[in-house]
Amino acid sequence: MTLALDAPRIVQTRPLLQVQSVSKSYSDVHALRDVSAIAYPGEVLGVVGESGSGKSTLLRMMNLEETPDTGSYTLDLPDVAGNLFELDRFARRMLCATRIGIVYQNPHLGLLMKHSSSGNVAERLLVAGERSFAVLREKATTALEASEFPLERLDAPPIELSGGMQQRVQLAKAIALEPALLLLDEPTTGLDVSVQALVLDTLKRLQQDRQITMVIVSHDLGVIRTLADRVMVMRRGAVVEAGLADQIFQDPQHAYTQQLVHAKL
Amino acid sequence: MPTVLDVNGLSKGFTLHHLAKEIAAFDEISFSVAAGEFLLLKGANGAGKSTLLRTLYRSYLPQAGVIRFHSDHGPIDLARAADVDIAHLRRTEIGFVTQFLTARPRVSAEALVAEPLRLAGVATPEALDRARAALETFGVKPELWPAYPTTFSGGEQQKVNLARTLILPQKLLLLDEPTASLDANARAALVARLAELKAHGTAVIGVFHHPDDVLHLIDRVVDLTPNAIREEVRDDVAF
Amino acid sequence: MKLADLTKPWEALSYGFLDASAKREMRRKMLKSIAVPGCQMPYASREVPMARGWGTGGLQVSLTLVNPRTRVKVIDQGADDSVNAASIRRFIARVAGTPTTMDTLEAGLIQSRHRVPEEILRDDQVLVLQVPNPEPLRSVQPNMSIARQMHADADYGRMWLQLYEQIVRSGRVMQGASYPSLVHGRHVMTPSPIPRWDVPKQHMARHLTILSAGREKRIFAVPPFTRVEPLVFSDVPYKVEDHGDLTCTRSGTRGYFMNEIPQNDGTSAYEVSDSEWGVKTIRAAEDGGETRGETWYKDGKMS
Repeated sequence: MTLALDAPRIVQTRPLLQVQSVSKSYSDVHALRDVSAIAYPGEVLGVVGESGSGKSTLLRMMNLEETPDTGSYTLDLPDVAGNLFELDRFARRMLCATRIGIVYQNPHLGLLMKHSSSGNVAERLLVAGERSFAVLREKATTALEASEFPLERLDAPPIELSGGMQQRVQLAKAIALEPALLLLDEPTTGLDVSVQALVLDTLKRLQQDRQITMVIVSHDLGVIRTLADRVMVMRRGAVVEAGLADQIFQDPQHAYTQQLVHAKL
Repeated sequence: MPTVLDVNGLSKGFTLHHLAKEIAAFDEISFSVAAGEFLLLKGANGAGKSTLLRTLYRSYLPQAGVIRFHSDHGPIDLARAADVDIAHLRRTEIGFVTQFLTARPRVSAEALVAEPLRLAGVATPEALDRARAALETFGVKPELWPAYPTTFSGGEQQKVNLARTLILPQKLLLLDEPTASLDANARAALVARLAELKAHGTAVIGVFHHPDDVLHLIDRVVDLTPNAIREEVRDDVAF
Repeated sequence: MKLADLTKPWEALSYGFLDASAKREMRRKMLKSIAVPGCQMPYASREVPMARGWGTGGLQVSLTLVNPRTRVKVIDQGADDSVNAASIRRFIARVAGTPTTMDTLEAGLIQSRHRVPEEILRDDQVLVLQVPNPEPLRSVQPNMSIARQMHADADYGRMWLQLYEQIVRSGRVMQGASYPSLVHGRHVMTPSPIPRWDVPKQHMARHLTILSAGREKRIFAVPPFTRVEPLVFSDVPYKVEDHGDLTCTRSGTRGYFMNEIPQNDGTSAYEVSDSEWGVKTIRAAEDGGETRGETWYKDGKMS
């Protein structure tokens, strides 16, 4: 994400997330081509691109759901070392269950639709080893409250909830364990515009209050503009442009980014 | 006074791919600003005054040239620095006052103004006190302090914006027509605050449509009109 | 010439009905399941002259373990005299020539459906439990391949979640029989559909328990002196059925697991579920001879 690698550096903080030169092909289709991404602690990295640009694949890799053909992935966390793509299934599961939160576009992927909403949040805590019912309940309630979920519906199953509420349950589940990294895959796509604004609002607030490092993937520039500090533009599996959010939106360099930005504005 | 910013051979133009066109904004600009200096950017409409400010702030990427900024961490070329460094400098050393406030949902005016202080490590109660004082200086009514600026009028928003950007003395301050939508009282407060910051050692680069208010603060003028004499001393100001 | 002259008198094809290679496989799988307590081991599950789902898993274990000196007891929901129990007992005796008994204390091998006897089992006894569904994760993960991965990872969050949901919806844990239990701190097993009453009997027991599901072709074991801990929240204690204060209407014994018998007037009468325990109690009352052994529950409380 740097303009010039030899530029003098001021910030000595190490990046929290570092994806390096990731490539992935499915049969003869290049899903990702030499993609790199960095996110510093507390910042929001936005990834934009149209459907099929590889942005969701990249996010799934960050959640260790997929392994690229080449490339590496590191997280600067205590007890986490080396290329995470080399971890075995068990280590991946534990890492994702405790350190990484994810909100999917489709709530069916992230939630047990017929369990209670609080139970969905409690599951994360159970995986992390919490065994007290009272504590589970309290922590699940706190997380749902932080996601601005109406607490009188605490035990309603997600299947009975609206799309916006389902996303809040997903969000509560994702933040229940105070993750180091929060991944958002089109979190507001498919919601009504007014509901979309409310969910974005919640995300923004959470980010301000907790300074969680986030990676948000969306084809919606408005969403990225609202949340992201830095933006990566992807097309056909490759990064076309990356930079500070205001620079990408005000002075896009690449023809594709210009087209994208101008189409929106 | 030590130099804060050294701009050398800075050029910026825009490539409009869909029109296959290049639009030049300014070319080969060089100037420098020292601590406590107030620099006025001058030029006809479209001469690239705002563009230059945004380039210095890195909202725009320059095409050539060096922007040497003497940060607390040592000199750095803003034209080539890493995004994360720019973000850091924007939080700590470089302020930019635009005509618009980026209000955030459900954050009160006072919290918004106090934020730069809190990020700089000031305890929340003290930061809020100072924020309220700043809001008062700019003439924001006390009943609006705990309200959300998203609902404010343009003029009130701009006052909050100024209070926020100017609350923390920074090394370099970029002003893009900050007086545009202000009433007389707020303008006076702004000028007073700028004088204070200048005395404090802040280097200021500003674009003003009507620089009469700040005339007494201006040290030098840079004229961006093509083929104009690039730099003049304060005494030669002629509008 | 009579038909009988042309045929030989009936005899078992091989001792204990199963052929040698089948028994060899059973022995190997039993040893393996004892070596990894609570872990389900797949096995071939041969045909036996009984429909799958009627105790074929337990029967294959029993047929493999017996020798002519093993005294065999078979119970069905606590009763020795149900049709199924009687048939299995007679079949084992016929193909393996074993003596049979109804007395828990006399038995060397006890094949049981859905109960653990009330009298404490010794280290020279083996309890064989028939298991209809060996997979405790089935209710939370219908895909058995994934369920096996979950066992491998000790990923039992979903099991706990199930308990959480029951408490949230009903105010208490609703799981009655087959209460999921953690064996040796590693694998969660279903202890077969025994009531909650019987689960604590497995914990650090002196006897060996082998659980076998013939239809599902899975075998697992609880070796002697192995921890069997029902999954519970640290602040919601494990509860057995409230049978501690009930009295058997037939034998007068009190403080054991009961069968509830609805009466015409809407009330319930109770009979002790472990039928032989009831028989022994009645005999003791009639002739004063005490044949009852020590029980796990004393005065209705697990000791």
